[in-house]
This record gives sequence, C-alpha cells and structure tokens, in this order.
Amino acid sequence: MTNMEKYVKAFSEALEVPESDVAGLVYGKSEAWDSVGHMTLVAALEDAFDIMIDMDDIIDLSSFEKGKEILKKYDVEL
Amino acid sequence: MMWSFERFGDRTALVDEHGASLTYRQLKQEADALCAAAGGRCLTFNLCRNTLGSLLGYAGFVEGGVVPVLLNEEMDRELLKGLYETYHPAFLWAPEDLTWDGCEPVYQSLGYHLLKTPFGREAELYPELGLLLTTSGSTGSPKFVRQSYRNIRANTDSIVEYLKLDETERPITTLPMNYTYGVSILNTHLDVGATILVTEHGIAQREFWDFFRRENATSFGGVPYTYEMLDRMRFFRMDLPSLRTMTQAGGKLQKELHRKFVEWCLEKGKQFIVMYGQCEATARMAYLPWEKSLEKVGGIGIAIPGGQFRLIAADGSEITETGVTGELKYYGDNVTLGYAVCQADLRKGDERGGVLETGDMAQVDADGYYTIVGRKKRFLKLYGNRVNLDELEQLLKAAFPGVDVACGGVDDHLMFFSTDESRLAEMRAFLSEKTKQNAAAFRGMALPEIPKNDAGKTLYRELEKYYD
Repeated sequence: MTNMEKYVKAFSEALEVPESDVAGLVYGKSEAWDSVGHMTLVAALEDAFDIMIDMDDIIDLSSFEKGKEILKKYDVEL
Repeated sequence: MMWSFERFGDRTALVDEHGASLTYRQLKQEADALCAAAGGRCLTFNLCRNTLGSLLGYAGFVEGGVVPVLLNEEMDRELLKGLYETYHPAFLWAPEDLTWDGCEPVYQSLGYHLLKTPFGREAELYPELGLLLTTSGSTGSPKFVRQSYRNIRANTDSIVEYLKLDETERPITTLPMNYTYGVSILNTHLDVGATILVTEHGIAQREFWDFFRRENATSFGGVPYTYEMLDRMRFFRMDLPSLRTMTQAGGKLQKELHRKFVEWCLEKGKQFIVMYGQCEATARMAYLPWEKSLEKVGGIGIAIPGGQFRLIAADGSEITETGVTGELKYYGDNVTLGYAVCQADLRKGDERGGVLETGDMAQVDADGYYTIVGRKKRFLKLYGNRVNLDELEQLLKAAFPGVDVACGGVDDHLMFFSTDESRLAEMRAFLSEKTKQNAAAFRGMALPEIPKNDAGKTLYRELEKYYD
C-alpha cells in the first residue's frame, strides 16, 4: 500500500465514510468528524505511519488537506 | 429576578471568539427587550448553540420570568417537531437561519430571532417553574425536568460558595449550554459578575486554544471523555498560566486518570475538582474539595453546602456503616419539582419535597466521603450524556419491526444485540443519528436469540459476557 492509500484508509475507517468521499472532509462539517471522531482519526494516523502526533498538530488537523501538510513534519511523504 | 445583571454595570458578561461582547448593563437591556417582545411569562423552546444570541435567550428569559425549554439546535427536526406538538410553546428562540412552518419572526438580536407560534399563551405554568431541561439529550423524549427559581438559586449559592467563585473568573465554554452542567456554569458565573468566554469550537481545535490564551481563560468543565481526550492530546505538556480550575462531572472518571489530573494540578498550583450531580438536582449534589483530591481520589466527595446524603439499603433502612453499598438519597433545596411529559404537567407543583432518590449506588468512608460504585437504573452515559437503554430499545424496535433487540454496555461503549445480523450497520447508524452521539460509541452484535426469562423479560445479565 502506498502512503497515500494508507492515509485515505485511515480517514475512511476512522470517520466511517467511503474512501471516495474523504478528500473534502473538514472537522465539524461532517457528523462523524466531531471530537470523538477526531481522536479516532489521530489514533488511526499514528498507527498507520507509526508516529506520535504532537498536541499542536492534533489541534491543527482540521481537514483532509491540512493533514497532508502535518504528516510532512513527521517525514511521511504522501 | 434571578441575577439582577445591573449589579455589575459595565463589567463584561459575555465575550465570543469573534470579539463580540456584552457588558452586564447591555445584557440587562437586551434581556428586558427580549422579554418585552415575548410579552412576559410564557413557554419558549430555545434552540441552543454556544453563541451570544443563544446565551442571551437563556439568561434573558430566566431573568424575566419567561420559561425556556433548552434544546440542542442540532437536534433532529422530526424529533423537535414531536416536542413542539406535545408542548405548544408560545415562541421559539432560534438562530436566524432557522425557520419553522406556521411561525413568524417578531424580534431579532445577536444572530437569533424570536419566532411566534400559533399557540399563544396556551400552556399554563406553575408560578415557581423557571426552566425545563431534557433528561436524555437529543433522543426526542418529551420527558423534561422541571426546575424552579428556588432550585436554581439554591444550587447557584452552593456552587459559588464551594468553588469560591468571584468576578475575576473567566470560564470558557466546553459543554453544550442546553446540558445541565453547561447551564450550571452559566448560572453561577453570571451570579458573581464573571466574564464567560463563549465558543463553538472544541478542545480538539486550534481556534479553541487560541481563544483560551487570548482571553486568559481561568476554568473549564469537562465530562470523563473530555479528560480522556486531553490526556491523549498530551495536554500535560501545555503551558496555560491563566488556568486555575478544572471541574469534572457527567459520569465517573477512571481513577488513574483522576489521579493524573490531580497530580498535575497540584504540581502546577491549579485545582482539579470532581463533582457529582444530576439534572433532577438542578445540577450539583457533591464535590471533592481540591485539598482532599489526592487522598480521596476516585470518589465524589461530600454533599454541597446546604445538601445532605443518606444511603438506603434494599429493605429501606438507612446504612450507617462505612464501606457498605446502598442507594444514594439526596436532600436539599436544589431537588427539582419533578418531571413533565406533556403540557398539562407544567401546571404541577413540587412533587419531590426536596428529596431525590438518585438511582446511584454508593458507599461512604469513615470521613464521610462518598464513592459511586454502580447504578440501579438502566442507563449509560455516552460522552457525558445520559442515554436510557430501554428507550433506545423501544426506538429500535419501532424503526426495525420484526427484529428483536436489547441494549447494554458500559459508559461510552453502548452494545446492542440483534437477531438480524444484516441490519446491524443500519441500526448503528440509526442509534448514532437519534442520540446525536458519534457512531464510535455503538457496537452491534448478532445473537441467534435475545436471552429471556419465562415471563419474556430480557436477561440483561446474560449479555454482560459480551461486553469488552
């Protein structure tokens, strides 16, 4: 699996949306991405890439797009 | 009048994350204008969000003798319609973009408008009735808790006393304002002339912490899930010099996590205060004084000033020994009037006489400190919100005819059992939608049959072996 595939899968599984729908996701704009969904998502990304995300980045993770930028800091190339 | 806002003059009462604010003097003027537009005492439905307009509706109505029902603005519209038809409120206080069939706006302020319904002042209201709150979040149950002005006053006085609140406090909103704990934070801080920081963002969002730091928040409240999240977010590395106090209620925090927050607070010169209560007791019944927080970790502490507990054995006798489990019974002026399930119930007076059977099982130690050890009734808390398991079973049975179901589980992890495996996913989505809780809280399991006794009663004990 490529990193991009892992990234999409983490979103899809954590927030329970089809893989085809993850690209436009934004925190608070979909029912599944509330505070509970957010923590599930953080855990899924940490597991998928074997990283520990800092608090500053956890609270910055506000959209599918933003998450890509954040992962760069952890040397994950998508 | 509940608060007499004018006492605090030009002090700031409310500030939101966009920089808008209201002084106590302005709050008083806004409240007077709103109540005048409603034409005085009547029943309203307040569709709540954490915004200035929504807070004005709550505080203004209670101050001016109008009786609001506090509902979550995100609540399912069909369920809301059910409540509307059951109670026939005179007005809705709702965000300006919300319209309602048969209603017209008669007043606007701060992004909210007052929608006049065709029902007028049909509801007859008991003179002491001040506020109505839901018992089970957003499931649409018409069962409301009837709180009197005296209840709110008594609980506010007790809380202000034990938390030693004053006008220098700056609490930031972390809970929905229609939730009894959220309401209680508003009630107590408006009573001391404090400044309430109002945000719709949550603790997992950058905007929340930016607002927190910019406005020097001094306190917030959280349910167990809030503190689990903060722990996972490595909250303990944060530097928050303005923070003085964190309070916790809405269910039992795991003992080790409780200890972790207590230790961090003691080290940083802050206070972590666990509290216990119910909507039926206005909000609070017990608190664990911070000085005792390490020694008595895992417990709910002692009764609030003005309140008293007793432990009752199964045979009705009072338990006086330590370490023996009994049902917790509470006595105090904050015990609410009773429930309402229909409009006619709003006429009713006090049905409880200051005594509440909490439904919680507890023990007391030699120093008089209480610990909750279980629950008598069939409900759970999902992220701090009470969910009635029997009610959810009925909703499932109605929506999925022909499928037998049972609900169980533990706090934050509801398990439902069904005889039809093919519909588990649909049922899970249904439960999440009806309760407005994240689907992660629900896990379904198929069983060939739901275990029952000869009388046809579900044997919930037999389901416990499936809990994780």
